[in-house]
Amino acid sequence: MALTEDTRNFFDETGDMAKFTGRFFSHGLRPQFEIKELLAQCYTIGYKSFPLIGLTGFIMGLVLTMQLRPSLVSYGVQSELPVMVGIAIVREIGPVITALIFAGKIGSSIGAELGSMKVTEQIDAMEVSGTNPYKYLVATRVLATTLMLPVLTILGDAVSLFGAYIGVNLSSVTSLHFFFTQVFQSLSFSDILPAITKTFFFGFAVGIIGCYKGFNSSKGTKGVGISANSAVVLSSVLIFIIDLLAVQFTNLLGLN
Amino acid sequence: METGKKNELNPKDNLAKGAPVIIIEHLFKRFGKNVVLKDFNLTVHQEENVVILGKSGAGKSVLIKCIIGLLKPDSGKILVFGDNVPDLSPDELDRVRTKIGFLFQANALYDSMTVRENLEFPLRRHWIDLTQKQVDQMVSEALDNVGLKNTVDMMPAELSGGMLKRVALARTLILKPEIILYDEPTTGLDPVTSREIDNLILKLQKKYHTSSIVISHDMNCVKNIADRVILLLDGMCYANGTYNKLERSVDERIKQFFE
Repeated sequence: MALTEDTRNFFDETGDMAKFTGRFFSHGLRPQFEIKELLAQCYTIGYKSFPLIGLTGFIMGLVLTMQLRPSLVSYGVQSELPVMVGIAIVREIGPVITALIFAGKIGSSIGAELGSMKVTEQIDAMEVSGTNPYKYLVATRVLATTLMLPVLTILGDAVSLFGAYIGVNLSSVTSLHFFFTQVFQSLSFSDILPAITKTFFFGFAVGIIGCYKGFNSSKGTKGVGISANSAVVLSSVLIFIIDLLAVQFTNLLGLN
Repeated sequence: METGKKNELNPKDNLAKGAPVIIIEHLFKRFGKNVVLKDFNLTVHQEENVVILGKSGAGKSVLIKCIIGLLKPDSGKILVFGDNVPDLSPDELDRVRTKIGFLFQANALYDSMTVRENLEFPLRRHWIDLTQKQVDQMVSEALDNVGLKNTVDMMPAELSGGMLKRVALARTLILKPEIILYDEPTTGLDPVTSREIDNLILKLQKKYHTSSIVISHDMNCVKNIADRVILLLDGMCYANGTYNKLERSVDERIKQFFE
């Protein structure tokens, strides 16, 4: 049976992406490293993303608390609100929402930046200047996204829990110390470790997809737009797939 | 003037200025079913300006990208100072590339960097032992050559089309290459600025004794700077001679470029 063109394109692109990822490991992780550019990317990708991650995290914690309260009140267990919100944020909502926001901001920016560099021949100019673009552009960005997303997730979780504390205090009075004591008493190592570990994979996916889409941008401004857009869409889908696999894996390891 | 498949410059041709620096033999390059270069041959001599003319999509840019190793030909030889470019390892290719400058059609200046950083980039990559003082001196000299010393701390977005081209030319020249490949250096520029760029190319060629391959559709540019004109048609060198000789040609396919 002949494959449809879409199916063939899907397999072609999957193969190309695998090759691109292979090149990242073979070219990008060999000395000499572009340390200065890596630090610059960590600053741009990590530090400059924090205000957005913090704001969305705060709102998420606040809204989640306000939405959960009526259900818990109806069962008479409103005192468990910090525990429920804490587990939900740290185990699942914090990492996934942070990664999705990160994909929207950073995935699109990497796709558009490298896409425009590709169509204006800046990547070729870099190669002619004796610079391996995989090392200088891809490795630095992918390492930065992989290292920065876990940090942003931890910070985002903290801000989100603070938002939840404000949410709890909208209808009752709870001290900050008591709220966080309740939250941390309910959390165990097996809640935190898998949640943070999977964010390294989320970060890698966002970085490699953004770079792949940028590097394969077709000619013209429309192509750059498509690269940025498809980088966000594909990395968002991959985040959910990785999340699904991570849950299955932690179940197998008995960490759930 | 020679036309057709036997397209290589005759060794006794009095146009030849010096020893050959680029020798291209039986070059083939295809993209899918589209054969772009078909048994292409060319020799460029020291301090010679060769202009390549041809229709859009004829393979002119592909040719110079093969010379600098950005594209790999399907078969054939590209000897640059005796090294066959398609066979070189990445490190050897980097060494050869220090001798070749490439001026991109769209300038390809890094838009996130200042003019100074753009010029420093190839220096830092190829000559890692330079002190900051030496780098500053070379940047200053390169910008002085193109008459844009005062733009050193500006961003590419703040420059006009002509200024961008000059800065790109300064970046191309900063490593003091022996060969320069120009991909449509005057495209998109007004006639006055085009003329200035042509003069700059000639001035810098005389100053640094470089050899050049220039791709152009701009017949004024071709007339101003060409020692020899190559007409690339059907993936082959269709015609090879001075501007004046080709201009007087009675061949219909050649005449259409000069009308």
